[in-house]
Amino acid sequence: MTTGRREFLTAAITAAGTAVTPELSHAGVHHDHEHQVVPTDPALRVKALESLLVEKGLVDRAALDALIDTYEHKVGPRNGARVVARAWSDPAYKQRLLSNPDSAISELGYGGLQGEHMVVVENTSKVHNLVVCTLCSCYPWPVLGLPPVWYKSASYRSRAVIDPRGVLREFGLELKESVELRVWDSTAELRYLVLPERPANTEGLSEEPLAALVTRDAMIGVRKIATPLQGDRA
Amino acid sequence: MNGVHDLGGMHGMGAIQEDKEEPVFHAPWEARAYAVTRAMGGWRMWSLDAARYQRELIAPVDYFQLSYYERWIAALMQLMLDRNLVTRTEIESGKPDQGTAMRSPALTADKVPMLIAKGVPARRDVAVTAHFQVGQHVRARNINPSGHTRLPRYTRGKLGTIEQDHGVFVFPDTNAHSLGEKPQHVYSVRFRARALWGEQAADQDSVYVDLWDDYLESA
Repeated sequence: MTTGRREFLTAAITAAGTAVTPELSHAGVHHDHEHQVVPTDPALRVKALESLLVEKGLVDRAALDALIDTYEHKVGPRNGARVVARAWSDPAYKQRLLSNPDSAISELGYGGLQGEHMVVVENTSKVHNLVVCTLCSCYPWPVLGLPPVWYKSASYRSRAVIDPRGVLREFGLELKESVELRVWDSTAELRYLVLPERPANTEGLSEEPLAALVTRDAMIGVRKIATPLQGDRA
Repeated sequence: MNGVHDLGGMHGMGAIQEDKEEPVFHAPWEARAYAVTRAMGGWRMWSLDAARYQRELIAPVDYFQLSYYERWIAALMQLMLDRNLVTRTEIESGKPDQGTAMRSPALTADKVPMLIAKGVPARRDVAVTAHFQVGQHVRARNINPSGHTRLPRYTRGKLGTIEQDHGVFVFPDTNAHSLGEKPQHVYSVRFRARALWGEQAADQDSVYVDLWDDYLESA
């Protein structure tokens, strides 16, 4: 099954070359050295591929636009922040969120693709949680959107399980010796959201200003939420 | 497969590079690559497991050299070729072959909100015996399948404890290869960090890994 991979990648380059800029196709066809197989311009290749698939009636350009618009403008970490703020504000909601996350998250209108089966893990003064996907890039899209590059990187994926405290230190978080660190490797179809600790100095804040304090990184577990200064209080 | 995608515990991958002003997509082509992949998934001619396996088959040197969405596109092309959705000549020419019938897209714009809202659940509502109970000591089996698996190498042969039973899910090792869903229980298994990495790890730390029944044996 692995034979033909290089041949195939070459074909991919050739496609972009022929369809968009004919002179580029030569770079793909004459690959005397292995390293020349590495694609030249992904923008051209993807453009050529999309055109081909549209012409064949396999994809609908408007559907592509709708998908992109969703993850660029509608679904992102603000969703997760609202979930967290609700949990901080409403103890009964927090209990539902921890015991039945799918239904609790759907109360706020979120759920679905790559968040079909959610698990929420709670940070406390004694326990800190950190989420990773060592095998690919699994991430709870409905509440956090698409993952940042560092989350998908070989560096994070390799180190989060063997040296999680070192990883946290790189993010500026020195975890106390006494704190128990739990790393969650998203190997199956469960998707993890960290419920961060509510920072001090936020008593009396309503959900909206609370949500504004919640960061994506805190919901992955690589950072804590900073305590707001008095002046920041709404 | 024991591929380079199975990164947990490897050394030498460097410091984490963080871009604090990172956009959702770094260039328009990344957005198109993402969307084309999702839209082609709408044909349901391969499972998510099969798509993951296809990305794992990317040659190691390319896996690290290609960017994330380049890997997606490389895998997508191979999936489409293998299922005759496109031909090599079409990929090479960038044009449909002569006489190819025009299809009607599987995923249209009006179906996108429903796809995103419903997702593609992997849990199955079937009665399957759970072979392990919460609190039970288990060992991750020492298996090395050459096909797709979600049993990370760093857990194999290691002792852990069943923390939670997540219910019944599609089994990726068979599903990725169109050998059936073989639904079975998935458990959250807690491995003490020291059981995985030895004395260098902090005594109070753990790694929780979601593992299927077939990956486990009692210990």
